[in-house]
Amino acid sequence: MDSYAIIGAVSVLGACICMGIGSLGSALGEGQTAAAAMQAMAQQPDEASRIRSTMFVCLAMLETTALYALLIAFLALYANPFWNYAISQN
Amino acid sequence: MVFKVDFSKWWDIPTTDKQIGLESYDSINLISWGDFAINVTIFNSWLVIALIVLFSILVTRNLKYEKDVSKCQIMLETLVLWLQKEAKDTSSAKNNQYLGMALGLFCFIMVANLLTFIPWFRPPTASLSTTMALATVVFFAIPYFAIKNAGVKGYLKKFIEPMPLMLPLNIFSEIFSVLAMGLRLFGNMLSGVMFAMILSAFIPFVAPLLMQSLGLLTGSIQAYIFALLAVVYSSSVKEYDEQSEII
Repeated sequence: MDSYAIIGAVSVLGACICMGIGSLGSALGEGQTAAAAMQAMAQQPDEASRIRSTMFVCLAMLETTALYALLIAFLALYANPFWNYAISQN
Repeated sequence: MVFKVDFSKWWDIPTTDKQIGLESYDSINLISWGDFAINVTIFNSWLVIALIVLFSILVTRNLKYEKDVSKCQIMLETLVLWLQKEAKDTSSAKNNQYLGMALGLFCFIMVANLLTFIPWFRPPTASLSTTMALATVVFFAIPYFAIKNAGVKGYLKKFIEPMPLMLPLNIFSEIFSVLAMGLRLFGNMLSGVMFAMILSAFIPFVAPLLMQSLGLLTGSIQAYIFALLAVVYSSSVKEYDEQSEII
């Protein structure tokens, strides 16, 4: 196996694993946040608009961790620095 | 120095085999003059800004009161009043000092994200340079509003808030919270655009439609979140007598 095949295979595998594990925690956290917000909205319907806006902000913050994983996956797939290094070596 | 204008790339619908990747948006030059070049991101940002400004000028040219109110005027009034209420509720400020920043960020990101339903329009928010520029605005808005509200001493006091040992952590969180805002918007828009591109290679006409309608929802939520987070971070330092509220 030459270096191109190794780098390509490891990049794709790494990106898939990165997305899978990286989105897991974020998804669990977002689910708990949404559940708690819905419970709070059901208990206090008057405060629903405030709870909703706060929930959106919290969801956006939780989503950031998954987006970091996404960026790393994109970096591994499309802007891999070792790929150019392997091309320059041959 | 050759002056070159080439708008044929603007009409190119992005496909999977080329123009994909992190740098692709900034590398397509429409107008180039020596080293100076205007790429798709800058041109589309100007397009969005021109759309917003032209629409606002046309609507506010003849404002009516109580009767014969046009639909566009009602739309703009609803937008301004809603965002005013949101900014006031979130920042718990007495005046409307955050409204300008929130409205500007919200309108720009909202229009840029909603224009993705035009197939060959590359949203400027899916480029890291645009989102980082917007995040830089927020980065400088935080000390501006803090010094305006609480003075220089009140602003610097924020960094040693629980205890002076936390100073490096506070500085890091100051930088990274703003950095995360830019990355979040970029990641959301880029993932939407790339997902639609990849799907259109497998199942053209049907699957991208569903993904793009989901992208409209994500885009409007991201615009709301960006404006709201800018208000939240800017209002993190309040006046002395006011009890701070944790969100």
